[in-house]
Amino acid sequence: MGTFKLTYKRYGKNAILIEWPKKIDKNILDDVIFFKNKVIQNYTKQIVDVINTYNSLTIIYNNTINIVYDNILDLKSLYGQEISQKKVKNYRWEIPVCYDYKFGLDLGELGLKNNLTLREIISLHSSQIYTVYFIGFLPGFLYLGGLDKKLHIPRKANPRLRIERGSVAIGGSQTGIYPSMSASGWHIIGNSPISFFDIEFKDPCFAKSGDEIQFIPIDLDEHFQIESQVAKGFYELKKSEI
Amino acid sequence: MIKVISPGFYTSVQDLGRFGYGDMGVPCSGVLDSHSAQLANQIIGNNKNDSLLEITLSKCVLKFEKQIIICISGANLSAKINDNIVELNKPIQVAEKDILSFGKPVLGVRAYLAVKGGIQTPKVFGSRSFYQSITEQFRIKKNDCLPFLELKGDKSIKNASVKFDESHFTDMNLLVYPGPEYDLLKHEQKNQLKKLVFTISNDNSRMGYRLEGLIENELPFMLTSAVLPGTVQLTPSGKLIVLMRDCQVTGGYPRVLQLSEQAINRLAQKSTGDKIQFRFEHLDW
Repeated sequence: MGTFKLTYKRYGKNAILIEWPKKIDKNILDDVIFFKNKVIQNYTKQIVDVINTYNSLTIIYNNTINIVYDNILDLKSLYGQEISQKKVKNYRWEIPVCYDYKFGLDLGELGLKNNLTLREIISLHSSQIYTVYFIGFLPGFLYLGGLDKKLHIPRKANPRLRIERGSVAIGGSQTGIYPSMSASGWHIIGNSPISFFDIEFKDPCFAKSGDEIQFIPIDLDEHFQIESQVAKGFYELKKSEI
Repeated sequence: MIKVISPGFYTSVQDLGRFGYGDMGVPCSGVLDSHSAQLANQIIGNNKNDSLLEITLSKCVLKFEKQIIICISGANLSAKINDNIVELNKPIQVAEKDILSFGKPVLGVRAYLAVKGGIQTPKVFGSRSFYQSITEQFRIKKNDCLPFLELKGDKSIKNASVKFDESHFTDMNLLVYPGPEYDLLKHEQKNQLKKLVFTISNDNSRMGYRLEGLIENELPFMLTSAVLPGTVQLTPSGKLIVLMRDCQVTGGYPRVLQLSEQAINRLAQKSTGDKIQFRFEHLDW
């Protein structure tokens, strides 16, 4: 950790952007998260938000940064320090997905264009372990890495204006689940009955950067059952520590 | 209580925003024109983060069910109480059953209505700012009842009014800093950003403003990274999008400029067809 060559940029009057090499890579992500945790532990009072993506960390300060050089020097020295930090636990979450034509509006198109049977699509999509890189776009929208090349498909020419909450979709080389109703240019291949963002919970979004996701295929009956358990508040997601 | 007779074009409850939840994908939200909103609160002795109503354009009609002190700042939307014109930037005592209505926009597009003690809709993640999928609703509806505190004690109002600088609404210049990808632009494109006058397209909202006018775009593909309110993105088509307070927390288009806080506030008072020009300010390093 602390071994990459980073770039520090001022981003407006009260943020600093730190960038790693431009790659989607698990080692880079681990280093980004390690640094993010150090920053959070060391600057609790001065900062309001620390946002990581694939290869960047944006630190948003309370107030205008007056002595930017000092802040950058502090951050640089913090990056190099071998300080112990609380081990953050990461989990692998099992996410039930129903790949039925009822939900998978674009299963037919994906099958035709990529020359795959429904069974192959389900198997390719659910056998992979995905890494949660970060959360963005919508509250609880997970950016996942690791989609099988055979499932890559260009975004739709005409985006749908409204797709259902829980829609599981593929766009380009990415896959994801829409936590709320949204417009979407991605291909919809299924639906997950669970909640990806719930303000009633202590952790509204169960997953965080560095966690893993595995999709578990379910049928229509199971989808219905899980959906009603989620609505009543007693569905518990399966997870294992990684 | 404030009873909503008509919500108007777009009216929402806002405070200064929701911070600290960006890594769950939760946007900041908050008043688009924080300068006017803070002024409205300040004039009636509220805290600067008390929540108020952001009223966009016109036709909003509200009824007060209790007497209270209010102040309207920001855009001049021809506000009236019953049949009397309301003076802006001044504490006003409203009586029970008074009707406050907003009419034709005269200057600016967003007015802020502060009530003594702040509007008391529920807080979610430390903020009352409306945002779809975070708060129960994202705009007020007909017949909504918005609670405020019933204040005891001193009900007298101070007669001070504040002179508001009109350039906040009329000046087309927006103060900007170079964004993280600015240095990847060629000399010619940087010049275009400095010299062109852009027109605000009809696609403008609390999430962002799209601008008319093209900048040649040959920037390389970038990985999705964080964006902030006030970030100006250059899209593949060459059009610019200025992100506003309800913007998503990450985005994939090059961030060529960053608006100053003052520029965000000023842009928030402009609408379709208005012209803007970027004025660069140097930041350390």
